[in-house]
Amino acid sequence: TLTSRLSKCHKHHTLQIELSLFILSSGGAELLFDGVKKHHVTLPSQSEPWDVKQLLVWIQRNLLKERPELFVQGDTVRPGILVLINDADWELMGELDYRLQDQDNVVFISTLHGG
Amino acid sequence: MCQVDEDYHDQFEHADPPSVSKKCVKCKEATAAVVIRARDVYCRGCFKEYFIHKFRAMLGKNRIIFPGEKVLLAVSGGPSSCSMLSQVQEGLSQNAHKKLRFLPGIIYIDEGGAVGQSVKDRLRMVAELQAVFKATGFPFHIVPLEQVLDLPSSVVMKAPSPSEQPASAYKAAVDNFIQNDSSSCLTPQEQEETSLPDVQESHTQLLQQLIGSAKTLTAKEDLLNTLRQHLLVHTARTEGYSKLMLGDNCTRVAVKLLTSISLGRGAQLAQDTGFSDFRYDDVIFVRPMRDYSAKEIAYYNHMFKVPSVFIPNLDTKKTDKASIQHLTETFVTKLQTDFPSTVSTIYRTSEKLQTACKSSSTADHSDRCLLCMCALDTAVEDASAFKATLISEQLSGATTTEIPRQNPTPVNTESTAPTGQCCSSETGEDCGRAASGGGSCSSAKAPETTDLKSLLCYSCQLTIKDMSSVDQLPQYILSEAHRRLMRSQMREVISGFLLDDGDEAD
Ligand SMILES: [Zn+2]
Ligand SMILES: [Zn+2]
Repeated sequence: TLTSRLSKCHKHHTLQIELSLFILSSGGAELLFDGVKKHHVTLPSQSEPWDVKQLLVWIQRNLLKERPELFVQGDTVRPGILVLINDADWELMGELDYRLQDQDNVVFISTLHGG
Repeated sequence: MCQVDEDYHDQFEHADPPSVSKKCVKCKEATAAVVIRARDVYCRGCFKEYFIHKFRAMLGKNRIIFPGEKVLLAVSGGPSSCSMLSQVQEGLSQNAHKKLRFLPGIIYIDEGGAVGQSVKDRLRMVAELQAVFKATGFPFHIVPLEQVLDLPSSVVMKAPSPSEQPASAYKAAVDNFIQNDSSSCLTPQEQEETSLPDVQESHTQLLQQLIGSAKTLTAKEDLLNTLRQHLLVHTARTEGYSKLMLGDNCTRVAVKLLTSISLGRGAQLAQDTGFSDFRYDDVIFVRPMRDYSAKEIAYYNHMFKVPSVFIPNLDTKKTDKASIQHLTETFVTKLQTDFPSTVSTIYRTSEKLQTACKSSSTADHSDRCLLCMCALDTAVEDASAFKATLISEQLSGATTTEIPRQNPTPVNTESTAPTGQCCSSETGEDCGRAASGGGSCSSAKAPETTDLKSLLCYSCQLTIKDMSSVDQLPQYILSEAHRRLMRSQMREVISGFLLDDGDEAD
């Protein structure tokens, strides 16, 4: 089913539809989002499929309220921040290269002592 | 990521690089959801089983908690301690094998006053935690850190005063357990319905002054640690708990280990990071979470909806180099992302460390550090690194203790008065006075700081050195310092030169 979903996605990207995602931050990471844990966001349509790497850039520009260096470092998340995609370890999903699907759940959990 | 039981090791299966359809290595059926170590990927179900098994295995292996024993769980609201709480619940509720058989209670220390939170925020967090605690059905204690200002000196003395009868309470608990072995011995009336006890604003101010008197974030954090520990021990004693469970996970232990080294706590490493810590003879600290990585805990809590409450601390939103503790954490987590065996390697080092002083049999506590209660590491021979440090310190900057003395705090005499009640009692009228009264003349104070140092381990000396004044220290510490100094003076008078100590230079 996944491959079919992927191919569907490929078809879709030519149609340039928007992506709707659920983003959750916890463990103190939410502080950087003005204390808001749950976000329902819509990513604008673009010619290529969205991947997590691009999502991080988008979050940095559109969701983060302060201190971006406490969330993103380089082109990935700050060490100590864990990522789950649809309730699975993002390491199993291809990390930054994972191609986001409509209605995906992305969770960021800070494991750092002060959040 | 950390050491795991052998049965999990057997399950190794060398598979191709991660892909979405990757199967669990345990059941080999379900789709994997968590990467524990490079090739150890578990599905939800197996991950849960592994997680729960590990907790019971940890307690079973160490056999330090007895059936019917009262155990106080120190819950900070963070993911680790909340996970620990849920594991205890899980272990007590289970009817299957290896059921936990101790009597848990919960303590939360509200440090909002020290961190500078508003009363409103503090109440909100307490309310959130209270809801979590109530749901467990365990008795719980919510204690504001301000109460540390009113502790009795017995906290930093060897044994608790007889009035606190922890021994009999313990015995009673065991007897009670033996009589009705029927699982959960927690009666509803044991349930404590306290919300945050009224905290006087003046107390919060005093606490803030105390934390504020530490000039570096490193010293602030260390001081806060010490105060928290004293309050935990005191509460455990007065409420009759003989074990205190801390939520340190193995990522935390690794950070603590390196931090302790950096802070000059080499001699206390084993106690700071070990599974059990005997520094307070009658209340033993236990760290049952030290086998879990921060990642395992975060994933478990997320997947199985273990509630935790984020509570900002001194490190929150600070830059990487703000304190030694914070910098060490950044260092370890960064290294961990590039080298996934970092934490487990450091952690295993901590496993090999031996506790230098298990429960000591000495009658007096004067050989223990006044603040951290570990064995003093300062009584070493002349040709030691410690003595060399002292000498170079004396040569290069005899002024270090004097310079920061001129601080804009001459009003101290008034502000310390509220806590002075225990001082005016028999313990020694002058202990606080000598310190705070000297606000105008620095010469009277310098010896006070120096004297205090002789009662501290090397690391705690460094912390005190980073404080603008010691008069802000809670009365119970100052009184005990006074008592110990009097004792050692007396001993000196009696035994002449036998106790010739390099520390008494002035
Ligand atoms: Zn499985
Ligand atoms: Zn010490």
